[in-house]
This record gives sequence, structure tokens and C-alpha cells, in this order.
Amino acid sequence: MPIKKKSSVTTVKKNTSKVLQQSLLELIRVASTVLPEDVQRVILKALKKEEKNTTAEYALKIIKANIELAKKKSQPLCQDTGTVLFYVGHPVGFSQTIFTKACHNAIKEATAKGYLRQNSVDSLTGESQPDNLGPGHPSIHFHEHASKNLSISLMLKGGGCENVSAQYSLPYTPLGAGRDLEGVFKVVLDSLVAAQGKGCGPGVLGICIGGDRAHGHTEAKHQLLRFLDDKNPNPVLAKLEKRIVDSANTLKIGPMGFGGNTTLLGCKVTHLNRLPASFFVSISYMCWAFRRQGVELGSDFSIKKWIY
Amino acid sequence: MIKLEFPYTKEAVRTLKVGEMVLISGKLFTGRDAVHKKLHEGASCPVSLKNQIIYHCGPVILEDKFSKTYSVMAAGPTTSIREEPYQGDIIRDHGLVGIIGKGGMGPKTLKACQDYGCVYFHAVGGAAQVLAEKIVSVDNVFWKELGPPEAIWELTVKEFPVVVTMDAHGNSLHKEVEEKSREILNRYLKEL
Repeated sequence: MPIKKKSSVTTVKKNTSKVLQQSLLELIRVASTVLPEDVQRVILKALKKEEKNTTAEYALKIIKANIELAKKKSQPLCQDTGTVLFYVGHPVGFSQTIFTKACHNAIKEATAKGYLRQNSVDSLTGESQPDNLGPGHPSIHFHEHASKNLSISLMLKGGGCENVSAQYSLPYTPLGAGRDLEGVFKVVLDSLVAAQGKGCGPGVLGICIGGDRAHGHTEAKHQLLRFLDDKNPNPVLAKLEKRIVDSANTLKIGPMGFGGNTTLLGCKVTHLNRLPASFFVSISYMCWAFRRQGVELGSDFSIKKWIY
Repeated sequence: MIKLEFPYTKEAVRTLKVGEMVLISGKLFTGRDAVHKKLHEGASCPVSLKNQIIYHCGPVILEDKFSKTYSVMAAGPTTSIREEPYQGDIIRDHGLVGIIGKGGMGPKTLKACQDYGCVYFHAVGGAAQVLAEKIVSVDNVFWKELGPPEAIWELTVKEFPVVVTMDAHGNSLHKEVEEKSREILNRYLKEL
């Protein structure tokens, strides 16, 4: 009987899969421990804007110290390493199955090393899954693009800020909010007053106007992948984004809800078409510990470039 | 900066006022969703919480399986309001003198703080490394079967930085800030 030789194709697949897993592990490590530069810049600006010797200034000073310490020790910025959300832009013919397997292995390893907390709880039994996987964990969004490159963005979104995210259906009579941009403005401000400091502000909002309920929430979160200092190509939405941030800061909720000058660091808005009967405004609240990073991988799956 | 040192007393926490910055040194017990629900449902607490401080926190803790020791990788506060249905009764029944968390708590807890001598301390949310550095040792763990984020971790801390946002006299910074922000929102709604 001929001896079956291990296929060299299988060996190549295994090795590149290992490289992919290591690249993903490094992406997770950096996302969890290093705050992206665009976020750091706005936090330092906010610190300068607070009055001296207030609890707001004190909170931002501790946040600044925490950012530096997390990077130095390569340990999580925040103990709630949150929902693990991958956004994968891939070329035609790429195997989502192989990626998902490497991704799961990277998450198990990252959890064993303490870059991620055990954050996957069975909703029926209350049991915590030690490998941090399970139905819905992680969340991987794939989209095929024309480019030959593999582009992977990762967001770690904590439970505190997820809990103060909201979705309104317009018209919303308690606020006199109609089906127009004024109505959108009203419900967004209302969501911030409801959130107070519970989302670990000063935060950033990702907003989607329109869509069905599920798509609205997904696109609102997707907006958080934008650079904080970018400009919305739609002038109407660019104006709305600025108005929301400026008005939010007049609410004086401040860092941690202590009262202060910065309640919101940024706001990113998009829109989707909607049914005539529905008009949803989906608001994704992201905390100051805005863990978002990305990599572009070469054909050998090693990291070629960092995105943020 | 006020120093609050173990052993804690009701008298000491009754002197604290909203807005004061405090450095806590001594024992803390972590406890969050599962612990509060269990205690509220009448489960016998495996450790005495009399004159102790509970910390709403699900830390990232790694266990060295050989030496059976623990290292705290990250330990910032979780949002406290989820424990609002349970906290007041637990303060009354177990004799807690302090709650550390973030985002504040509601009227039931505020009243219990006043009635029984307890204070809510706000730790900076997301400051997991700054706060982990203040943890000197992990002394014990109870209800480990709940998983590391939900277990009761007995910790020793040194100069753990917090702000009093709800005192033992019915004052709450959260109530003040919320009322003011709601007033401003109502002005916007009237104008538009």
C-alpha cells in the first residue's frame, strides 16, 4: 500500500494559517492596550479645556495616565475588553472559513494571555465560556473588494457604552421629534442625557439615520471605524455632526458624568434608505477607551501596515 | 486628598462629602451582577461584608496554576446602576460602608446610604491599569465558579483613588448633573 505523503499544499496552508493567527493576535494585543492616535489627540485637547482643580480635570488626568500605563505594560486599557468586532475587506476567492478559524484561535490565545477578558456568557445558563467564543462571539463582518489586499479592522466595544446605545423610532412624541433632521438632533441629545456618565464619557457617537432596526445598529457601529478628524463627504451630515458635538458639550455632563466642558469627543453620521413606514435613528455610544485598530496584510498574511 | 484606611467605620464614611477625592487603603471585595443577584435572593455570603467596601468590578485576572497565585491584569469599575435593584437591601443586610463603582446609583441606594451609613465612591471608568497598580495583593476568591469577572475577589489596595459622588447625607452629584443637563435639553426642545 503506498504511503500517503502529507500534501505540501496542506503544509503551506497550515503555516500561512499560523502566520495569520499571529498577525491577528498582534492586532488584538495592540487594539486592547494602545489607544489610537486620533483618539489620544482629542482626549488631550479635552483635558486642556477643563477647569483646573475640578473633578472633570482629575478624571481626564487619570485617563491620560492610564493610556500611558496600558501601552507601557502591554495590558488592557480597560478590563472590559468588550464585544470583539472584526471588519474584513478581502479579495475575490478568499476563504472566510480559514480566516474564521485563525480568528477563533487568536482570540483563545489572546484570552489566555490576558489581552482579552473572558467575556462570553451563555445567555440561558449564565455560564462564562473560558475560551471567549460562542454564538455571536466574535462578530466578523466580511466584505469582498476589488483590491488584492486583506484589510482587517478590529473594534473592542465595552458593555458599559453598549448599554447606553439607543435606537429611536421617529416621530418620537415625548420629545416632539418629527421625521426630519431636527427630530434626529433631538433624540440624539436625549440619548446623551439618558446616558449621563454611564458610558464612560467623554464618548464618541456613531449614528445611522434610516435602515431597518438591525441594519441601523450595524451601520451606526460601522461609523466608529472613521478617523475622528475626518470630514463627512455629505455637507448636510458634516454640519449635523458638528452641531451635535457642540450642543452635547453645552449639556455640561462632562467626563464620567462629573460635570464639565467635554461630554462628546466626536460624532459620525451616515444614512440608509428606509421603508416609508419606518424612520429609525440608531445611536452607537463609544466610550473614551475607544479601542479600534486595523492592519493590512500581505499575501503571506504578515502585517504590512497599521491603519490607525 | 482624604485618606480612608482599613478598618473602615460608619463614623468615618459619615464625615465624607460629595466631591471629595479620597485615597482608600485596605480591603476591597469585588462583586457585580451575579453576586448582587445571589445575595439579594438570600444566598449566604461566603465572607462577612460587615464594615467592608464592595467594588463593582470584573477584573482581568490570570492564575498561575503552579503557585496558585493570581495577577491582576486590569481592574477598572463596571457600571453600578445595574445593581440598583439590590444594593440598598445588601447595604442594610450585610453592613457595607462603601460602594466603589462608576456612573452612580439611584434613589434607593442613596436612601440606604443615608439610613445605614454608607458612601458611593466613583472610580474613573476605563482606568484599568492605573487602578490595577493600586492593588497590592489578591488575598482570596469566593464563588469562583461564577467565572473571573463575576467572582468575589478579596483584594488589598493602597491609595486607591476615588471621588465621593453620593454621600451618607442624601447628596448625589449624579442627581445634580442630570437635573442640570435635563434643563438644558428642555431649552433646546422648546426652541426647536
